[in-house]
Amino acid sequence: MKKILCSLVLILFTMAPNWAQTASEIIAKMDENMNAKTQISRSQMVIHGRRGSRTVESRSYSEGNQKAYTEYLAPARERGTKMLKLGDRLWIYSPATDRSIQLSGHMLRQSVMGSDLSYEDMMEDRKMQDIYSLRLLGEEELQGQRVWVLELVAKVEGLSYPKRKIWVDQRYYVPLKEELYAKSGQLLKELTFSEVKAFGDRYYPTITHYKDALKKGKGTDFILLELALDEAIPEHYFNKSILKR
Amino acid sequence: MIYFLLKGIWRDRSRSFFPILVTAMGVLLTVFLSGFMQGVFNDIIEQNARLETGHLKVMSRAYAELASQKPNDLALYEADSLLAHLRQEYPELIWTPRLRFGGLVDLANAQGETKAQGPANVTALDLSTPSLGEAQRLNLQKSLYKGRLPEQPQEVLMGEEFARRLGIELGQSFSLMGSTMEGSMSFRNYQLVGVIRFGVVAIDRSSLIMNLADAEDFLDMQDAAAEILGYFKHNSYSVKQAKIIAEGFNAAQADNPDEFAPIMLSLRAQNNLGQYVDYANNMSTLIIGIFVLAMSIVLWNMGLLGGLRRYKEFGIRLALGEAKGQIYAALCIESLLIGGLGSFLGTLVGLGLCYYLQLYGIDLDGALEQSNVMMPSVFRAKLTVELLYIGFIPGLLASLLGSMLAGLGIYQRSTANLFKELEA
Repeated sequence: MKKILCSLVLILFTMAPNWAQTASEIIAKMDENMNAKTQISRSQMVIHGRRGSRTVESRSYSEGNQKAYTEYLAPARERGTKMLKLGDRLWIYSPATDRSIQLSGHMLRQSVMGSDLSYEDMMEDRKMQDIYSLRLLGEEELQGQRVWVLELVAKVEGLSYPKRKIWVDQRYYVPLKEELYAKSGQLLKELTFSEVKAFGDRYYPTITHYKDALKKGKGTDFILLELALDEAIPEHYFNKSILKR
Repeated sequence: MIYFLLKGIWRDRSRSFFPILVTAMGVLLTVFLSGFMQGVFNDIIEQNARLETGHLKVMSRAYAELASQKPNDLALYEADSLLAHLRQEYPELIWTPRLRFGGLVDLANAQGETKAQGPANVTALDLSTPSLGEAQRLNLQKSLYKGRLPEQPQEVLMGEEFARRLGIELGQSFSLMGSTMEGSMSFRNYQLVGVIRFGVVAIDRSSLIMNLADAEDFLDMQDAAAEILGYFKHNSYSVKQAKIIAEGFNAAQADNPDEFAPIMLSLRAQNNLGQYVDYANNMSTLIIGIFVLAMSIVLWNMGLLGGLRRYKEFGIRLALGEAKGQIYAALCIESLLIGGLGSFLGTLVGLGLCYYLQLYGIDLDGALEQSNVMMPSVFRAKLTVELLYIGFIPGLLASLLGSMLAGLGIYQRSTANLFKELEA
């Protein structure tokens, strides 16, 4: 009997660190891991259409969640196209017209380069804890890792996804899966994160598979090729003048 | 006998004038109503054909499944050779590709900053090949509110409400942002050369019309086509002919497993227009049926009354020795002649009215100015073969039936009572 009791106490002690975490602590740690002061990355977006796949390559610079600048490198048709996000405003520069166009309204719901991502997906910059009520649903095993399953329900109006479910890796505080729902409960998008790698003392999934549930096709893979964290980025990168340079 | 009866009808006009007039009016209204309804339904279908469906349309199978979303990424490849094939195989039709897509119009101020923006619905037509008749088909010249049609590359037309909202003037340039057929971002500058007003709010507030070549460049769709529309050269939709052509074309593609293989759909098979055509025909038949029935009852009643009014005359004729059968036959032939004359006059005037409205129509342009529904602004009648008999036969038979029924009384009269009745 004593042995059984000891074993139970031991098991409880082993589990305690995980169970003791609240949903908001998990999300806070995930945000802390994922959000560096600055990020400079080179990435590929492989868009799997019904007729085949195409790859778009870009380089991005971001500072916090509010400022981001992306320059498309390939293919030839996209080369020179630039995107600047400052707070809730987004500009796109096209070398073909030599114009910077600010996107607003329903245009933000359009797909980026025919992918499964919308401009709105790129615009979301508020902390999850500020806009969602968090609830820990339990634990599971995913991609061979123990994960927490969290449910996020909007506590502010006007979000693109009023409900989310996130599977968070317990080792690295990295999301491994995310489901985005409409208010009606319909699944809108599914994100799968894989190939988690260490960048300094942080961990990032280097492949993200986006699947728009409302679109036919095989989804979009976002592949992180290079990532530099907390490096200084000149201020002019987040100024509209960068677009026409 | 007929000559004798005609003489009677002509001399005793109090007996024939009103029956002929009533028959003629009834037949006229039936013919006119039928012709006008046929014309209006036909115009609505033709409007759909001109703007959207064509008499026949060729798309890829994958595109056809989602046609209402205009998924240009599922367009047909090697469209030039397909177009050449269609033109060779089906020369009775004019084949023309069209493109539709959405985009964002951005008008810049002097500093190059966004001054105004608006979402655009772009329609691209082959305006550089006049023999295809696209400008006439969409009535562009008449709808031109100001400016001219595009002649050079990068020239476009814009809906009047759209242009007013953006505050753009003729000759000004603007940027259009959208996606290529593969989803890449696409940007081009265009010059506004004309403002159009179709009178339909839904079109006028967001439409942009450009030349097909410009749209192909914008969408990166060289040698690709989203929709190839076919129009009968005689300009009238033939259900049977369209069905035969579509079935023949699709049968030739039946063994092709490619989801991007071409498929041909007739007007009836698109946008639930088949259901609409059936519904329109059923409604038309029902309304005309009710009208014909009402007219028949009136004419029948008139024949009946006419027969009863002549009760005394028949008594005298019987008393003078005329056979009952002969009187009955004379009565029937007489009503047939009256019915025939009335129906002939009614059909003639009805056809004349229909012909007039087929040529000139009723212009409701002003009434439909703020309409949200895509309707033709001029309602026209249509002359069809069935107008020759749709009023004529009921007009002829109804009065005959009335007289035949009233005439049965002749056989119930006995010679013994005749003189008593006449004395009274």
